[in-house]
Amino acid sequence: MAIIVFLIFVIFVIGLSLYLGNKAKTSSGYYAAGGQIHWGVNGIAFAGDYLSAASFLGICGMIATVGYDGFLYSIGFLAGWIVALFVVAEPLKRLGKYTFTDAVDANYNSRGIKLAAAVSTLVVSLCYLIPQMVGAGVLVEPLLGLPHAWGVIMVGAIVITIVATAGMASTTYVQFLKGALLIIFSTVLVAAVVIRGISTQPDHGGKHDFYSYKTLTAEKSGNDLIVSEPGYVVLGQTEIKGGLLFVKLAHDGKQTWWLAAETAGALTLKETQSTVSNAKGKWINGAPASVENQLRQVGNLEQIRGQRDAKTGSLSLFGFLSAIADKETVVRTWKTAAFADGADKVTIYYPKNVSGDRFMRPGQKFKVEGTLLERLDFLSLMLALFLGTAALPHILIRYYTVPSPASARKSTIVAIAAIGFFYILTLFMGLGAMANGVINPLDSNMSAPLLARSFGQLLFAIISAIAFATVLGTVSGLIVAASGAVAHDLFDRYLKIKMDDRQKVRAGKISAFVIGGIAIMLGILFKGMNVSFLVGLAFAVAASANLPAILMLLFWKRTTAKGIAASIVVGIVASLALIAFSPELYTLYGRNPLDAPIPFNNPGIVSIPLSFITLVLVSLMTSHNRNAKTS
Amino acid sequence: MLHQPAVPVGKDPAVPYKMRLGIWMFICYSLFYAGFVAVNLINPLAMSAIVFAKLNLATVYGFALIVVALIEALVYDGLCRRKEAHFEKVEKQSNKINSKKGRE
Repeated sequence: MAIIVFLIFVIFVIGLSLYLGNKAKTSSGYYAAGGQIHWGVNGIAFAGDYLSAASFLGICGMIATVGYDGFLYSIGFLAGWIVALFVVAEPLKRLGKYTFTDAVDANYNSRGIKLAAAVSTLVVSLCYLIPQMVGAGVLVEPLLGLPHAWGVIMVGAIVITIVATAGMASTTYVQFLKGALLIIFSTVLVAAVVIRGISTQPDHGGKHDFYSYKTLTAEKSGNDLIVSEPGYVVLGQTEIKGGLLFVKLAHDGKQTWWLAAETAGALTLKETQSTVSNAKGKWINGAPASVENQLRQVGNLEQIRGQRDAKTGSLSLFGFLSAIADKETVVRTWKTAAFADGADKVTIYYPKNVSGDRFMRPGQKFKVEGTLLERLDFLSLMLALFLGTAALPHILIRYYTVPSPASARKSTIVAIAAIGFFYILTLFMGLGAMANGVINPLDSNMSAPLLARSFGQLLFAIISAIAFATVLGTVSGLIVAASGAVAHDLFDRYLKIKMDDRQKVRAGKISAFVIGGIAIMLGILFKGMNVSFLVGLAFAVAASANLPAILMLLFWKRTTAKGIAASIVVGIVASLALIAFSPELYTLYGRNPLDAPIPFNNPGIVSIPLSFITLVLVSLMTSHNRNAKTS
Repeated sequence: MLHQPAVPVGKDPAVPYKMRLGIWMFICYSLFYAGFVAVNLINPLAMSAIVFAKLNLATVYGFALIVVALIEALVYDGLCRRKEAHFEKVEKQSNKINSKKGRE
């Protein structure tokens, strides 16, 4: 079923691209869809462009695992549109032709700006492409049963076909279609979630047996532990950083890991999930790994409003949220720990109960009650999300597809309405995934499609196909933006390679092939990282590199070409350097995050002001040259 | 203009008004957004307080940030349209007068 729906969608999209290919023979047609897209269509296409894998897969997955902290991305991503509407939309439409570089260079004709802005477009587009491709790989695994890498390659190939056939025209209609379908079917999914209600033992409407994790009692005897229940033998204990104690038990011929916890003087052992790898193979929860024996999906409510065995039945929208946010509701979240046990490489997925009111306010991921640095990290994220949207090249180029500045404004308002509505839905979908126990402990990104599967194969097939389309639409937009940077900004404007209109379109198509290939490689390399987190970093790079240039160009008359070029370069270098040495990236490198020289994950709080300061200082230092030239 | 737009853009006398209005509305929203960030940093526990329809402050403020963005956008569009219509009317009138004068 899922495969059929998916194939129908892909065939339709490619057919549409081939049909529209005739309209993309000129560079205006290829890069800006001839500037004749209706503002209503463009507004929904904006939503299609913007509601990427990060919004649908990443945010829902993050809300499912860390609660309200995931919703912070929804808030920040939407708030960024205010900057786009009030400050950037109309002036940019008046200034530019095809690319971000056109707009910032409009009044200067500077080679420095052309080079810096083109490189910035490429860097931001690639940073944004990584999470989309990771999302593609994540989707294809359960949908088509293919490995992650094949998913990435497949998306890359389809997107290159879409972009290379009809550029911005096909990209716009794919995004329009996908944006509309995403919003409609997410609404259906949310309706299904609240009609089902919540339960402490989610059974997916009777289709699934809820797995109850056991708790054993134990006693200390010197350094040894003795389990009270018969049949369990203690094989070993491992204490990890942070003081967590894991106990290895043998029972029924299986070796499993349990989390030791002292509550009210009594020692309890809580059942966990585990993967153990060594030279002989891989074991999951004590049995050899196989297609049948995989990690169980997790997430549930241990108590609802203080009731241990409760089922609410249908709820109102607000009733659903208030039931989860109740002080006496207990959410079972899952954490990960990894360590070596002799020759065994052990990864434990252990439960941690959190009260509903804590889960439904910031603090699970972003430590707003933590140290000064942790609070600054939160501030930095919120700043980058707010300022990043209006600096994303694939969003900015969409302003060139409409006929007038007023259309640019109106399409932004349609986008805000559609995107805002969708982001409200993400809170329900994320919490629904948690409450229905459909979180994959290995990869939270699949939470929304797996939530749909809990309602049946048809909804799963449709939601997965839409999620796949989500990736296709956004990746298409990014590749159009990046190919424009290479073919139009670098080859045509910077290197001044003489090309007629047909050759310009050809250069754009060849660039799309090359960038698509790079995106495929990066998508395979970054497998397993939360896509929202990665997009948050792309926002930080965009806000640092591009936004100071756009804002100062529009609102500070003393801005010079050298100031703009310098601020873009400083913004890119500073944000990328801060990310490269951050704790999260150290984890990706397989190193201890505590050894990272930069103590926070989100660079915006340093790199955005640094880029602004650079622009002001360099402009002040070089403004006399400009004045001299003018006089 | 060295990189002319993909489609020709006409003269718009409402531009200074729209830019001023945009900046003021941007400042208003930024303050509202900053308030959300500040409450989280200064008094994060306040986000658990039930404030409306059994929903906590975090949920209500989060939804409000989304809804207010749309309301501000619609107000901005309405004011911009009014100004554009005003200038269009003025232009039509002056064209009428000019053509009348031309005939005379």
